[in-house]
Order: sequence, then structure tokens, then C-alpha cells
Amino acid sequence: MTSNWITTRAWLLMLPLLIVMIAIIGWPLVDTVRLSFTDAKLVGTAGGFVGLDNYVKMLSGANFQRTLVTTTLFAVLSVAAEMVIGVLAALLLNQQFYGRSVLRALMILPWALPTVVNATLWRLIYNPEYGALNAALTQIGLLDTYRSWLGEPGTALTALIVADCWKNFPLVALIALAALQAVPRDITAASMVDGASAWARFRFVIMPYLAGPLMVALVLRTIEAFKVFDLIWVMTRGGPANSTRTLSILVYQEAFSFQRAGSGASLALIVTLLVTVLAVAYAALIRKSAGAS
Amino acid sequence: MERRSLTATILVHAAALLLAAVILAPVVWLFIMSISSTTDLITKPLRWWPETIDLSRYGVLLSSVANSAGEAFVASLFNSLKVAGMATAAALVVAIPSAWAVSRTPSVGWSLYAVIATYMLPPVALAVPLYMALSALGLLNNVFGLALVYLTILAPFTTWLMKSGFDSIPREIESAATVDGARLDQILRLITLPLAAPVMATAALFAFLLAWDEFFYALLFTSDQRAKTLTVAIADLAGGRVSDYGLIATAGVLAALPPLIIGLFMQRALISGLTNGGVKG
Repeated sequence: MTSNWITTRAWLLMLPLLIVMIAIIGWPLVDTVRLSFTDAKLVGTAGGFVGLDNYVKMLSGANFQRTLVTTTLFAVLSVAAEMVIGVLAALLLNQQFYGRSVLRALMILPWALPTVVNATLWRLIYNPEYGALNAALTQIGLLDTYRSWLGEPGTALTALIVADCWKNFPLVALIALAALQAVPRDITAASMVDGASAWARFRFVIMPYLAGPLMVALVLRTIEAFKVFDLIWVMTRGGPANSTRTLSILVYQEAFSFQRAGSGASLALIVTLLVTVLAVAYAALIRKSAGAS
Repeated sequence: MERRSLTATILVHAAALLLAAVILAPVVWLFIMSISSTTDLITKPLRWWPETIDLSRYGVLLSSVANSAGEAFVASLFNSLKVAGMATAAALVVAIPSAWAVSRTPSVGWSLYAVIATYMLPPVALAVPLYMALSALGLLNNVFGLALVYLTILAPFTTWLMKSGFDSIPREIESAATVDGARLDQILRLITLPLAAPVMATAALFAFLLAWDEFFYALLFTSDQRAKTLTVAIADLAGGRVSDYGLIATAGVLAALPPLIIGLFMQRALISGLTNGGVKG
């Protein structure tokens, strides 16, 4: 068999996937670009060419800037919390204790819970009149009167971050735990014989094994958090007073609630560009860690 | 095994208890809400364990009485099953040959990066043209239309997982069969695919869970019982004027059961898949 034939055969085998990908990903993406230069409505008018108007309008609008800040805040804070708690949980799960295998198995629960169910569950927990959080805090004496955790701009974003963190830190923990189990026993034993402190052992012996997998988890989680829609839609719809409105919610409102397909498309592409920057950073990190090991 | 002081042992066990409580409390509370009577859920101070166990809401949601809450819920359950099942099957059909081709032909390996790149795309980048196209084709509010759209997520994802699965099957086995005179279709059918069966099963489960979990496209492209999926039905309940919180919790429990069962029983396969890079939050 010639290598030419092998390459041709590979392309033939990939043909079904390529056709599907071009039809439902490639073409819509190109069409989003086209729409972003028009004033098309979602239904009805095809719209005329308006040049860069949509981009100028969207980028200079106060809505976009505020939403970008909210999205960044949500992504950075929730991912940072997930990484720290996830690593701490993994270090714990790597210790010996009774019921360890059960606890390790339980870690899959938040991950497996559908995102919408998680959002609904936390919405019920935060309920201003009958929620479990209000009840628990009042019963142990930390709170005098019930509060509307999702209804006040001051607490809504934090409440969302807690809900996101609860669902996603176990995933970080499982990834970190897998990496911890790859640390050779004799190296940690040797470092203890040499009298290294617990912190020095973590920093110089264990961390090198954790860094690669954690970096992957960090970037993938950041991209996911940046695209967040479901959690926020179900819990607050971006409110109160738009204090939890993220970029995906803003695109949804522009393109579908207000049916402005053109400016919605331009906004969607701006979000895509931001995510692409994160993804390129991801690819670079992967290549770097692959080259290092 | 390093030796620990008694204090350290106590601290480790206390931390383990705390972690278990953090993980379990919200899930257990969801279940308790689903079996508590409405009065128990709105008394102050809140009753943490129901006075009498009330399973009636499970009956309400799983009943098929016309125009009931149950009818709508059961319809959305079947829609979710249909959409996730069809999208998973279609994704595997297109992903398996491509994943094998990429795995065995290094010269086309770059195409995998293109596939992975599309997986990073935010759904909002495709939503407007997809909406217009589905509308033009009469496929809005249709399980086939939604399953087709779900391929945008599942096809790249399963290709990626299957490719690393084929990578772990030594190509020498295939070469040996070629030397013995087997044709390509015989090699794939009799050797490679049976060896790849566990990876295929894992990829199928992951894909099914992704589709089961999907909300954004389902919210946009479905509007009533004919195609509405479980995630949209639950969001409707949570955001609507339903005053029985227990009913919302019950819907949540029922929607969470399939993935929780898959998660607990397929633990090992799922975790190796997750740590191999197939991470989806």
C-alpha cells in the first residue's frame, strides 16, 4: 500500500464526520460572521449590510463592558475556588482514613448531577422564604431575618459562585487525585528521610506531578466558566438589576429576546474571540507540558 | 505507609467527615424535599426530616393522565431519551471511522486539532444561524432537529475520546492480520472494533450524559411537549409559579437518577476518561 492511498483512505473514512461538521458547525459559524455585518432580525427581514456598526455599538455599550466584568469575575473567582478546594480535597483523599473508597466514590455525585438540576437545587436552598440556607443560619443563630440571597445584587453573584464551585470542585479533586497517585512512593519517603517540611514536600516533590494535569483542568474550567449560561439562566436570569448577567446571557437577550440577529451575532463573535484566546493559551500550555515531560 | 500522630489521624478523619457532609448535604436535601409534605417544607423553623414520608409527588410526575403535570413531565423524559439516544448513536457512527483514521494515519493528525477547536466554540456562536436553518426546514420544536444540533457537541467530543482509545490498541495487531491476508473491513470488524468496545461504551455514556445535560440549545429550539427536554421542563418548573417546592425537587431527583446511577457504577471508566483530558464541566 502506498502512503498516498493510506492518506486518501483516511480522508474517505473521515468524510461523514467532515460533512456533518461543515454542515452544522462550519456553515453556521460563517453565517454568524455574515450576519454580524447586517441589521438582520431573527425572524422576517434579512437585513442590509451595515459594516462594523454592530461591533462598534456592542463594544462601546455600557452593557457589554459591565457584562464582561461580571463574566470575568465569575470565571476567575469560581475557578480559583474550585482549584484550591479541589487540590485540598485531593490531598485529603490521598491520606489513609476509614471510608476512603466510599468518599472517593461520592465525589462523582456533584459532577454527575445535571447542571440544570444543580441550579434548581441551589435556587431552592437560597429561597428567600423557605430556603434551607436561611433556615440553617437562623437556627444556629448566625442570621436574624431571612435574606433573599439571589434577590440582592450584593450576594447574588457570590451565591452563584458557591453553586458552581460545589458542582465542579470534585472534578478538579479527582484529576488532582489521579496525579497524586502517580507520585512515586520512594520519592516522598526519601524527602521525609531528608527532613523536608510538609510544605516543602508539597511544593518541591508533589507539585511537579500536579502541575500538568491541574493546568489542563484550570484552562478547561476557565473556558467553561467563561461560557456559563445554564446555571445563571435557571437561578437568576442575569438579575437582580443585571448584576449576574454574563456574556452568554447578554447574547441570548440580544439575539433571541430582542430578536436582533445582527448585533447578537456580532456579540457572539466577540465572545468566541475571547474564548479562542483562552483556547490558544490552552494549546500552548499543553504543548509546553508535553515537551517538558 | 507513613506513621501519623494521633492528632493528625483525628484531623484527617474530621476533614473527611466535613468533605462528605459538603458533598452529600445538598443532594440529600434535594431528596428529603421530594419526600416531605408541603407543610413540612414551609414551616418555620424548617423541619429537616419530614413528619410523614410523602411519596405522592413521584406518582404525580410519573402519571400519564391527560393534561396533568405528569403528562408534560413524562413527555419531556421521553424527549430527553430520544434526543440523547439519537444524537449519541449518530455521533458514534461518524466518530468511529474518523477516529480510527486519525489514529492510524499521522499525516492527517492535524485535523484532530480542528475537531477539538470546534469543541471549544461557545454555542452562542452557532445559535442564530442554526435557529434560522431549523426554522426554514420546519425542524424547530422537533426531536430530530434537536438531535442534529446536539451533534455539534457530541461529534467532536466522541471523535476525540475514540481517537485516544484507538491509540491504545497496538497497530501491530492490525499489521499482523494484514500479513495473514485479512482485508481492512475484516480487520476492523473482527479485531479492532471488538478491542475498542470498552472505549466505545465509555464514549457513548459520556456523549449520552452530555446530551442529557444540555440546556441552551433545548431552551432555544423547543417550545412544547413535542420536543421539550427534561432540562427545559425543570427550568420551567423552577422559574414558574409552582408553589410546591417538593414537586420541583422531585423532578430534579428523577432527572438526576440516570446520570447518578451511571456515574456511580461506571466510576472507574468515567474517571479514567476524565483524567485523560475528556473534561467537560
